[in-house]
Amino acid sequence: MDERERINRLRWRCTRRAMLEMDLLLGEFLERIFPTLAPAQAEAFIVLADMEDLELWPLINGSRECADPVQAEVVALLRDVRVK
Amino acid sequence: MSNSSISVRKFDAVIVGAGGSGLRAAIQLSEGGLKTAVLSKVFPTRSHTVAAQGGVSASLGNSEEDHWHWHMYDTVKGSDWLGDQDAIEYMCRKAPEVVVELEHFGMPFDRTDEGKIYQRPFGGHMSNFGEKPVRRACAAADRTGHAMLHALYQRNVRANTQFFVEWMALDLIRDESGQVLGVIALEMETGEVVAFHAKATIFATGGAGRIYYSSTNAFINTGDGLGMAARAGIALEDMEFWQFHPTGVAGAGVLITEGVRGEGGILRNSDNERFMERYAPNAKDLASRDVVSRAMVTEINEGRGCGPNKDFVLLDITHLDPATIMKRLPGIREISIQFAGIDPIQAPIPVVPTCHYQMGGIPTNFKGQVVAADGVPVKGFYAAGEVACASVHGANRLGTNSLLDLLVFGKSSGDSVIEDVASGEVMHQDLPAGFADRTLARLNRLNTQTGGSNVNETRLELQRTMQKHCGVFRFKDMLVEGVAKIVEIEKEVARTEIKDKSQVWNTARVEALELDNLIEVAKATLVSAEARKESRGAHVRDDAPDTPENPNGRDDANWHKHTLWQREGSSLSYKPVTMTPLTVESIALKTRSY
Ligand SMILES: Cc1cc2nc3c(=O)[nH]c(=O)nc-3n(C[C@H](O)[C@H](O)[C@H](O)COP(=O)(O)OP(=O)(O)OC[C@H]3O[C@@H](n4cnc5c(N)ncnc54)[C@H](O)[C@@H]3O)c2cc1C
Repeated sequence: MDERERINRLRWRCTRRAMLEMDLLLGEFLERIFPTLAPAQAEAFIVLADMEDLELWPLINGSRECADPVQAEVVALLRDVRVK
Repeated sequence: MSNSSISVRKFDAVIVGAGGSGLRAAIQLSEGGLKTAVLSKVFPTRSHTVAAQGGVSASLGNSEEDHWHWHMYDTVKGSDWLGDQDAIEYMCRKAPEVVVELEHFGMPFDRTDEGKIYQRPFGGHMSNFGEKPVRRACAAADRTGHAMLHALYQRNVRANTQFFVEWMALDLIRDESGQVLGVIALEMETGEVVAFHAKATIFATGGAGRIYYSSTNAFINTGDGLGMAARAGIALEDMEFWQFHPTGVAGAGVLITEGVRGEGGILRNSDNERFMERYAPNAKDLASRDVVSRAMVTEINEGRGCGPNKDFVLLDITHLDPATIMKRLPGIREISIQFAGIDPIQAPIPVVPTCHYQMGGIPTNFKGQVVAADGVPVKGFYAAGEVACASVHGANRLGTNSLLDLLVFGKSSGDSVIEDVASGEVMHQDLPAGFADRTLARLNRLNTQTGGSNVNETRLELQRTMQKHCGVFRFKDMLVEGVAKIVEIEKEVARTEIKDKSQVWNTARVEALELDNLIEVAKATLVSAEARKESRGAHVRDDAPDTPENPNGRDDANWHKHTLWQREGSSLSYKPVTMTPLTVESIALKTRSY
């Protein structure tokens, strides 16, 4: 799979989710923050994007802890996204 | 590409959509021994049904006395008498059965101390024919939709339902007699276009709330089922009726629950005035959804909106104790910070009435069979869930009745397919010559378009037009103007251009194809709304006010009928509302007041 395909698949999975909140948040993150991530962080984001919304939302709102430190970094960045 | 290059896959039945309604239908088919394909744009448990938190209604009577007949009365009244009483009786009678079935599928409902399904009250659900609120909503904490979808999905896995995930259905296949023979679909991962040839096709594609600029619906709700049906010559019913929620975050649309006003939240205009005191002196900010929404729009239209464009009002909870906010409304604080950039402890939240639910859709009977304008079933075609119009919600849906609709009509559409296949009423017919021509021409047009319009900009223009011209409160001149505008936008949609022409994972193409569906829904909505010269349920016109002859602006003498919009020529026709239930007496027309 080439880079364009990889990003487009990720874009679909970020912007066609079960909850509007998540479409907005992950979509914005993908556009603005994802291109600046280190490779390990990018991998962690892909894992997060593959989660279901009701698994991911508790991580973002802090009611659940991340298991992995790199994942925690990415979640912190996600939490800082302000959707305009 | 020509027909001969399209591969064909044969199934007994194909279901488009893997939300609550599609998955419920699939259980009937797979367990009934039919070879069934379920197509979905996303993994099934990412369907929008997940977003439903409130619950599912059924007159189980676990917490207090209840009866399906009371539930039926509430639903007819809620619908402002536009719902069909045969379908409403069917749904309310079946409710206890399908909810208990769901429990057996493994749904983790909240329980009472005695271990029964716990039930709570919900707006519009009453006991004894409208007397007082009754506990009828069954829930699994605030994750009812999520839990429901998981239970249904697991059951399907057990029954070996075959899923086609990240596939987008593009068009219906119909032969000359009008019989539906399946769908043409696009696999996103390969870009391959495939025909699913089936004896029976069920649409369960959900709603189309993304036609509005401000919507609580996830991005996936682009009305694909409606677009496909309209292009195949099926009329769409009652598309002027959309339910709005008063408090969506301005811009983002994300829902702020009624609970915020329940905890003491106050709506304010640009003069900092608590304006609901003028519109509803008693209930104030806690008046019913439609009353609050219309008051908000009136404030905005009269120039008392807030912000640089004066286009929202404020939901104020700054007077509440921060400890209360942190304790009772933590999720709301989070949402406000994330989606409005505002900490509601310090400053009020910008909100606007926001599109929430589509009452109209593909016309069906209570068996889930799609019916043509003459009332005769379209052979081989079935629909259930938000895409369908049975019609149980009429002009206004009651909360928790939608999840019920998915279960009842998902099941009944599945049963109808089984029956029609067994009796030989539907069987595999040869695919007609050129069955994919229209779809392939559409794809080809998109691939070769030069100097065309931008998909994102055109979608935004469509959404802004719907919001402005056909929102929660409707004005004659605005509607007329809106119809003219949407016809112009339709021309832009017909010449969209995408830069990426590749086959594999071409999301730009998929989004352009979604826009082809949004425009059909938008046009159906505006044209139907402009024509209906009364106020009823969610359709409220400035020029159809509350008078003694027409209370609430409802004009039964002329408008107690269903709208049917046909894409060909954008023409309208009407059909009577079914006032005869299956076994009980008709619930006669009455003024709707709470
Ligand atoms: C925020 C929110 C809260 C709500 N809360 C409640 C509540 O508490 N109680 C209640 O009763 N109702 C509630 N509703 C309404 C209710 O959730 C929906 O009406 C219902 O879930 C719709 O279910 P469905 O099966 O019709 O469609 P969905 O669950 O939307 O599923 C549609 C399916 O169709 C697929 N699909 C669509 N187009 C295509 C295509 N072209 N090709 C292939 N697949 C396609 C999708 O991938 C998806 O699988 C709420 C709605 C919202 C927005």
